[in-house]
Amino acid sequence: MLYREAGQFKTSYQADQAIFPILQDRWFVVTFLLAALAVVPLLINDYFANAVFLPFLIYALAAIGLNILTGYCGQLSLGTGAFMAVGAYASYKMMTAFPDLSIIVVFVLSGVITAAVGMLFGLPSLRIKGFYLAVATLAAQFFIIWLFYKVPWFFNYNATGQISAPPREVFGILVTGPRAEPAATYIFTLVFVAVFAYFAKNLVRGRAGRSWMAIRDMDIAAELIGIRPLTTKLLAFGISSFYVGMAGALMFAVWLGAAESGETFGIDQSFLVLFMIIIGGLGSILGSFLGAAFMVLMPILLKQSMVDGLGLAAVTAKHIEIILMGCLIIFFLIVEPHGFARLWQIAKEKLRLWPFPH
Amino acid sequence: MMFFLEIVISGLTTGVMYSLVAIGFVLIFKASGVFNFAQGVLALFAALTLVGLMEKFGLPAWLAIIGTIAVMIALAWAIEYFVLRHLVNQEHIILFMSTLGLAYVLEGAGDILWGSDVKVLDIGLPQGASDWLLDSYGLYVEKLEIVAAVVATALVVVLAVFFQRTRIGRALRAVADDHQAALSIGISLRTIWIIVWSVSGIVALVAGIMWGSKSGVQFSLSLIALKALPVLILGGFTSIPGAIIGGLIIGVGEKLAEVYLGSMVGGAIENWFAYMLALAFLMFRPQGLFGEKIIERV
Repeated sequence: MLYREAGQFKTSYQADQAIFPILQDRWFVVTFLLAALAVVPLLINDYFANAVFLPFLIYALAAIGLNILTGYCGQLSLGTGAFMAVGAYASYKMMTAFPDLSIIVVFVLSGVITAAVGMLFGLPSLRIKGFYLAVATLAAQFFIIWLFYKVPWFFNYNATGQISAPPREVFGILVTGPRAEPAATYIFTLVFVAVFAYFAKNLVRGRAGRSWMAIRDMDIAAELIGIRPLTTKLLAFGISSFYVGMAGALMFAVWLGAAESGETFGIDQSFLVLFMIIIGGLGSILGSFLGAAFMVLMPILLKQSMVDGLGLAAVTAKHIEIILMGCLIIFFLIVEPHGFARLWQIAKEKLRLWPFPH
Repeated sequence: MMFFLEIVISGLTTGVMYSLVAIGFVLIFKASGVFNFAQGVLALFAALTLVGLMEKFGLPAWLAIIGTIAVMIALAWAIEYFVLRHLVNQEHIILFMSTLGLAYVLEGAGDILWGSDVKVLDIGLPQGASDWLLDSYGLYVEKLEIVAAVVATALVVVLAVFFQRTRIGRALRAVADDHQAALSIGISLRTIWIIVWSVSGIVALVAGIMWGSKSGVQFSLSLIALKALPVLILGGFTSIPGAIIGGLIIGVGEKLAEVYLGSMVGGAIENWFAYMLALAFLMFRPQGLFGEKIIERV
């Protein structure tokens, strides 16, 4: 009853192929975005911005990137952490070398640089497939982290080996550096993520996305019907790394403010983002958001309930948290291997008739 | 020349250690197609249990080892019962992620049960340099590494006999070849999986003992699993001899590169050199050195 598309007739191709063809979806997205833009900034404080909203948005962007590569194009990658590092260091070098360059341009250019690096490491995917490729992407992970740690040029020869974000403004409002207002950083990230999520959603519905899915489902058959594996796979690597690189740049400059290659962008990051897309749903932009929300919120809730609720020692709670996280991951994989995106789809089917049985 | 030989030998012995972990991976991958990321944590968990049994309950080493083997078998049963059973017929990536979840569970459980401090594992394996080699040839070789090499060889022989000669071994190979066909002639997949996970649990125990005696039982032990991955892709996911030879190549290559190339670029290239080496190999043989040839059909 609530989610009924009866009576919504489409009279043009344009309406039929709209990004949200159903009225209820449009309303939902618009209300959600309005709430996120207008209500949340009024209530937000430092803790919520840095512990919940910024990580959620930034990881969602990274998850979209990985989902394009793994979910849509079927190329398993464990190098996400390293590509985020490329984005972060690229943005750092540009912010310090060209102080007058707009921060938006810096972030997009960091994405472009990461895309180039990603395409380079995507070259082996033409010969190597499946888990062999996953292990091959680990080469990128370890090599890039090592490079940023060993070559002082990347962190401007400072003694600590850390990079820290200088303060930068967008339209006269500070968005990076320690003095930036939480509401400002939040809105900046939100707009950035929303725009690029929209772009990704359209990309995967179009020609590029369809050829990625053809390669994912069966690469030989796709080749036979005229999809070039070389360009398609490299495009997937490029676009995916572009998103991941921007996420890395945002993470370093807007959220954390400082980063160190091994500490911030280690292999744990790669696995975390992989978890997000698997729990959220492979091959789904919405799933990337849901997965990111789950993986960001769950540790916070677990920690809150155990340390504050049950009064456990922090160390024990940390260990129990690790166990519970493992259990939850296994539980979700068993119950719904297609992730939250699939659950949402089922819910929509149910809502179509609810509360009537037929 | 002597220096070069010493590096090669030390590389070979490190390679044997990698192989021990890699064998566990191969066993499980062959029998169930699961890429078991938890193998390194299994080794850590086994070593922690062994140390815990010896320290907390004061058991002698042999009894503690038997106890740990029992724990590993119980663990294999639990993994099959609670996880794998429900994930039959799922995609490989889902199974892989479930072993990542498993790795988290085991890591947390090991820490809670036995504490997270670095422990010394001493079950009476010889320590220090081999006097005989040092005196007669002037070579510095750790006794422990010789023991590791002997143990690894013995393990491979035992596994080979087990796979080729016993009834269960044949059933395991049948499952590895074709799940459906194995099921249709009356082989129980569940029993086979429990056996395979038990065997790789025991292999993990051996690896855990060796690494633990060498550098103490600590969290970093689970990270050697990552080092076993290039070994795997070099040797091929489905070949035990591949795991051994891959381990030796990676071990030697890594040590030589660190000594002769590392000094040129600032050192610590051990972290990624193995992966690059494996990647270079893969360019020419995408299925690894000894992996089954990948045949693709539409």
